[in-house]
Amino acid sequence: MYVLLWTDALIYLLVLVVIGFALYARRWEHLRAPWREVVQSRLGTGAAVVLFAYITIGLLDSVHFHPRLKGEDAQAAEPYSTEVISLFDVIVAPLREHVEKTYSAPFATHLYARETIELPDGREVREYPRLQYGGAHLQDPASDRIPDILHTSAIALVEALGVWLFCVVLVVGSLARLAGKTMQDRVRAIVSRRTVVPWDVILVTSGMLIACTFLVAHLGVKYHMLGTDKVGEDVFYQALKSIRTGLVIGTLTTLVMLPFAILLGIMAGYFRGWVDDAVQYVYTTLNSIPGVLLIAAAILMMQVYMANHEDSFTSLESRADIRLLFLCIILGITSWTGLCRLLRGEALKLRDIDYIQAAHSFGVGHFSIITRHILPNVMHIVLITVVLDFSALVLAEAVLSYINIGVDPTMESWGNMINSARLELARDPIVWWSLTAAFIFMFGLVLSANLFSDAVRDAFDPRLRMART
Amino acid sequence: MGRQALLLLIGAQMALSACTQVPWNDPYPAADAEKNILYDSFSERPKHLDPVRAYSANEYVFIAQIYEPPLQYHFLIRPYQLVPLTATTMPRPVYLDSTGRHLPDGAPLDEIAYTLYRITIQPGIAYQPHPAFAKSDDGAFLYHHLTASDLKGVHTLVDFQHTGTRELVADDYVYQIKRIAHPELHSPIAGLMSKYIVGLSELSETLRHAYDKLARDPEQSVYLDLSDYPLEGVKAIDRYTYEVKIEGTYPQFTYWLAMPFFAPMPWEADKFYTQPGMAARNITLDWYPVGTGPYMLGENNPNRRMVLVMNPSFRGELYPAQGEPGDEAQGVLVDAGKPMPFIDRAVYSLEKETIPYWNKFLQGYYDTSGISSDNFDQAIQFNTHGEAQLTEAMVENGIQLQTAVTTSSFYMGFNMRDDVVGGDSERARKLRQAISIAVDYEELISIFSNGRGIAAQGPIPPGIFGYREGEAGINAYVYDWVNGKPRRKSIGEARRLLAEAGYPGGRDSKTGKPLILYFDSLDRGPDTKAYLDWLRKQFNKLNIQLVIRSTDYNRFQEKMLDGTAQIFQWGWNADYPDPENFLFLLYGPNAKVGKGGENASNYEIPEFDRLFEKMKDMDNGPERQAIIDEMVDIARRDAPWLWGFHPVAFSLYQSWYSNAKPNLMANNVLKYKRVDPVLRAKLREAWNQLVIWPVVLLIVVLVASVIPAFVTFRRKEKAAAL
Amino acid sequence: MIAYIIRRAAYAIPILIGINIVTFVLFFVVNSPDDMARMHLGVKRVTPEAIENWQHERGYDKPLLWNGEAPGAKRFIDTIFFKKSARLFVFDFGRSDSGRDIGYDISQRMWPSLAIAIPSLFIGLLVNITFALLIAFFRTTYVDVSGVVLCVVLMSISGLFYIIGGQYLVGKLLNLVPISGYDSGLNAIKFVVLPVIIGVIGGIGAGTRWYRTLFLEEIGKDYVRTARAKGLSERGVLYKHVLRNGLIPILTGVVAILPLLFMGSLIVESFFAVPGLGSYTIDAINSQDFAIVRAMVFLGSVLYIIGLLLTDISYTLVDPRVRLS
Repeated sequence: MYVLLWTDALIYLLVLVVIGFALYARRWEHLRAPWREVVQSRLGTGAAVVLFAYITIGLLDSVHFHPRLKGEDAQAAEPYSTEVISLFDVIVAPLREHVEKTYSAPFATHLYARETIELPDGREVREYPRLQYGGAHLQDPASDRIPDILHTSAIALVEALGVWLFCVVLVVGSLARLAGKTMQDRVRAIVSRRTVVPWDVILVTSGMLIACTFLVAHLGVKYHMLGTDKVGEDVFYQALKSIRTGLVIGTLTTLVMLPFAILLGIMAGYFRGWVDDAVQYVYTTLNSIPGVLLIAAAILMMQVYMANHEDSFTSLESRADIRLLFLCIILGITSWTGLCRLLRGEALKLRDIDYIQAAHSFGVGHFSIITRHILPNVMHIVLITVVLDFSALVLAEAVLSYINIGVDPTMESWGNMINSARLELARDPIVWWSLTAAFIFMFGLVLSANLFSDAVRDAFDPRLRMART
Repeated sequence: MGRQALLLLIGAQMALSACTQVPWNDPYPAADAEKNILYDSFSERPKHLDPVRAYSANEYVFIAQIYEPPLQYHFLIRPYQLVPLTATTMPRPVYLDSTGRHLPDGAPLDEIAYTLYRITIQPGIAYQPHPAFAKSDDGAFLYHHLTASDLKGVHTLVDFQHTGTRELVADDYVYQIKRIAHPELHSPIAGLMSKYIVGLSELSETLRHAYDKLARDPEQSVYLDLSDYPLEGVKAIDRYTYEVKIEGTYPQFTYWLAMPFFAPMPWEADKFYTQPGMAARNITLDWYPVGTGPYMLGENNPNRRMVLVMNPSFRGELYPAQGEPGDEAQGVLVDAGKPMPFIDRAVYSLEKETIPYWNKFLQGYYDTSGISSDNFDQAIQFNTHGEAQLTEAMVENGIQLQTAVTTSSFYMGFNMRDDVVGGDSERARKLRQAISIAVDYEELISIFSNGRGIAAQGPIPPGIFGYREGEAGINAYVYDWVNGKPRRKSIGEARRLLAEAGYPGGRDSKTGKPLILYFDSLDRGPDTKAYLDWLRKQFNKLNIQLVIRSTDYNRFQEKMLDGTAQIFQWGWNADYPDPENFLFLLYGPNAKVGKGGENASNYEIPEFDRLFEKMKDMDNGPERQAIIDEMVDIARRDAPWLWGFHPVAFSLYQSWYSNAKPNLMANNVLKYKRVDPVLRAKLREAWNQLVIWPVVLLIVVLVASVIPAFVTFRRKEKAAAL
Repeated sequence: MIAYIIRRAAYAIPILIGINIVTFVLFFVVNSPDDMARMHLGVKRVTPEAIENWQHERGYDKPLLWNGEAPGAKRFIDTIFFKKSARLFVFDFGRSDSGRDIGYDISQRMWPSLAIAIPSLFIGLLVNITFALLIAFFRTTYVDVSGVVLCVVLMSISGLFYIIGGQYLVGKLLNLVPISGYDSGLNAIKFVVLPVIIGVIGGIGAGTRWYRTLFLEEIGKDYVRTARAKGLSERGVLYKHVLRNGLIPILTGVVAILPLLFMGSLIVESFFAVPGLGSYTIDAINSQDFAIVRAMVFLGSVLYIIGLLLTDISYTLVDPRVRLS
């Protein structure tokens, strides 16, 4: 039974907007040109491929439903389980369902802490119990484990290589056909980096991603690749689930703030006078209130609302989801002022430009001047701000979770992972894998987002463009 | 560039050799290294230090060392026993009938109208030096009529030059009891004590009127001279004797006499602190206590640290001469008969995070520590008999371990007013019983507290009268007695109960809808995520979906007061070692909803209430035990709580710390403690050897990476110059 | 000039009033006087009368913004808002809800915050400018590319990792400095070193990258080319022209944040148990002490506005072409 969460709906909306924009941009050369430049940047393209992988996981994780019950329960009046899971959960079901009792190290076969075990003869001993799932297929873990890991990885890599080669052939073939050249010629062009689009980077990056996917598919089922946490959940699964949270915070926040920032910013610059005064007053006031306080107040407010409307939030997911949405909105409110100020300045400049003055004297209405002339001319600023803000927002989530005003504590997020991992660092022997997992995944996303946004900025910022030519 | 690096290296080495005594990472001033100081921490700033307002453990840590109520708990003897502190003997209750006639001991309860406690204190006890007592040569108080100009430049108590002291008298105790009724102070026990102390509620009324009549600024407190307002039930008989008259009987009253609420308060202090301008400078009784105890507050900076200093006018109480069997071997009787206190100063630093705290303990900068679940494996291992022992690393460092089952309960309550889980119906009862079986507290204890706890069989923790050991003490609704041990019933049994309750397979048999329950919890952030996940897993065993409604503190309190919570987590820490203090948590008239009491589940069963009223006034004995057994059985059957668990406190002590016997009832324990500062300084130095090479390495790498750049720079420049 | 400053300062007044009202409303939407009383009276044995008394005593039993029952001007004056918030305009912060004098607490806690913030800022500035100049000097070489990539890498690491890692490494493994805490006077140095280092390292990525673009922009300008054509050495060009002109936006940026240094850093202070204003704010939020939150918001806003004003002034000082109007 399908479930539509608030953030899901907004994500779909965002996807539609992006697709719409892409279709629109295809038609205009001046919009296509900078994108072509982005695609040509080697680092930018590599980053884009990684981002694409993250986004795919995030999107798969944004289709929620109640799974159908199995067995005798399937005959019930409503044969659906009460829990809400996502398409992604179905794909990685083994990761989700292989829950141990408590901590275990990456690729471990035993728990990380000793426990009192009652032997058949009634004696009690303290030792490390075997894991229920991790390496459970091994007869003698001590000697079999490493060969088994190597063996499984080798199989995975061979399979990955096959799939990758298939992709390469597919890509090169279609390139050759498009360009009307032979495949050999195209391969040589790609290897010697003579193609306009850096296909070598794309192919190598996606090759690595494919290899990772296959490794996970093979090893993740047999072992806990990044260990388990305090209640035995697979850390790798948590890190994957956190991707959606990070993406939602990074993108929806901007989506929420954009209409306000654009409308108010342009209006202030275009109309000047009291409109300008009013808008400036609003953003200076909002800007000078410390953001943390605003966020804390909003989160508290939402809790009051939820406490008063208990019936509307019956499931855990819907509660966590509404909190996430609220967080996005409030982060949007604290961050729209910067863009608004930039747009105001730009609109101030633009309104004095000849052709807008001319349009004015021909009696064109304010609304059409703004939408037809000013808005298209400030879009590059909007785009640059959006991509630059993305990584900052992903990082901010972690910090907010630390002050206890971030996403819901039951929601998987890197911030929550880091936060609980702080305590694990003090353990001895140290539990390092949660922190490491959060670090790797977060770093991957933020780094690729940063590299990609650099490419976008280089391509779109007219100042930088001038400097280069 | 290379030369500079060399200089840096030399500099680093010189700095290294310059300090041999005190480690670099010592957070305390170097001069204090070998002084007789105890180092401890506090995690939350105390809200109140006024003995009539303070009511939590983190406040008692300080004020119990400063204020002396008439009684105290014996430091060594178990079960806990009250002994005189400033009193000369233990007060004996005297029973009176309604005409005021003395009744013999053992008179029937319904004849007793009042109980009289007469307390005589030791003469010659003096207050700590304090400006409130300072007098000029002609005997007038120096600081009782301060003007705005006098207060210029005054920010703390230390800014008053002169101090004085005076002898403790019975009137001071009477004064303090009157302060319970003071409208400005909101004493947490005002409501409770008004029910017992004769005339306290009338006094409270009178004081309220008098207080409202005084024209005042809400930011400023006023001086109400309490000696002008008599309290019927509490009188000073002579200089050293006073008596307290109680309505009916209240045997638990003597326990209250060991709490700071009943410590003495000199009127001079009240007068001194309520002068205009003092509150604006944070100079209030709530921040600067005045007591007769072994310590006084030397530095009060709740933002960073609190320092207790030995009280120079302390009378010199003696360390108890006798203890339990085994105390001799434990070494806690070495100081028997010696005058206390032993430690000159106690420094409590603010430490909010557990990690730095634990690390500093390991580095020797704290003298004692608890063990958080995350440090457990590092400190403790279990031997083949399943007994907790210190790990080798700890033993090597001479750290000692003490364990004690706490007299507290962490339980999960059902709101008995809820439509689904509450009520006296068979359906709801079976549902509760099923959940009681499903939520596996043994697993909770093992995962979240490393086995430091015992699963509760009922409301009364071990160590309190009424607790039963062994087979007789198990909760037969949840456990079976197998192989000399309680064993939780199987999940199948729970499922059967659930089906009988009308939810076969976790679905309502009538509507076919899944059963969804709600757990109301405090939003404590990601740290509790693991716990909440675990809890959901427990309910999942029965196919019940548990929805966590986490909210902030206020919303949670509100829900509890309105009775809109469904399932919640709660805890109780004993005020005194009497079963009444636990069973009253299930007493109907004490319900949370509507009455604001401590019965958080709003459990209300007439039979239980009737037995409670009978039990509370009885003396410990077989008769009382029988009634308690009956009550506990009623409660177990109804299962208004998952009885939860009683934590076992593990504390670690450094080798230089002695007389470390844990006492969960007494708070005034600092005076018994002793440290060996010389040993401490030596060990600290040994444990905190500098590891300097990574820094040196880093500098070398940095320099090495700069050199080629520098060379290129020079070359480029030369090329440009050519 | 003076007239301009006065006018700008006058503009600040409606903004401050707005902030005051916003914080007031935000806080009371979520935090009724009932809640505050319960928070302060504790958990055990709290009666409804005690709550009523507490409110009466602290003046929280009045209407929030408008007292319809009172006559005349008292309608506005006899409210919680006027009694509690209006006094902030004369910097009278009053007493916190737990009874302490806020002004005194702020004056005490300001110093630890500054002791960390000021060295972090200046050392960070020095380090970032050095690196940026170095990278600018080696522009279009592998040093430039790898430098920029390194900056992006450093930027992509969450600040929390720097703190957790730093504390673990320096404080625990190497025993170089105390793990956390604070002391007054010169004793503070050993406590401040680690937070400052972490602050500087955490800022290198973003700072260096930004300064590099500023310097590169400057290098691309005509006058630099002219200077180089005149035969000035590369070092001379960098020091004399690029650094000097590039510093203008850097310094004006610094001026804007100078006043905010007083507010301290929320995260660093709570991790290192530094009793500064940052941890003061966090504690107040957690314990729902409205009086402190209100005071800190007000202080922060005033400092922010001062920062804006200082930026404007510093622009005119360094660049005569900009006229204040």
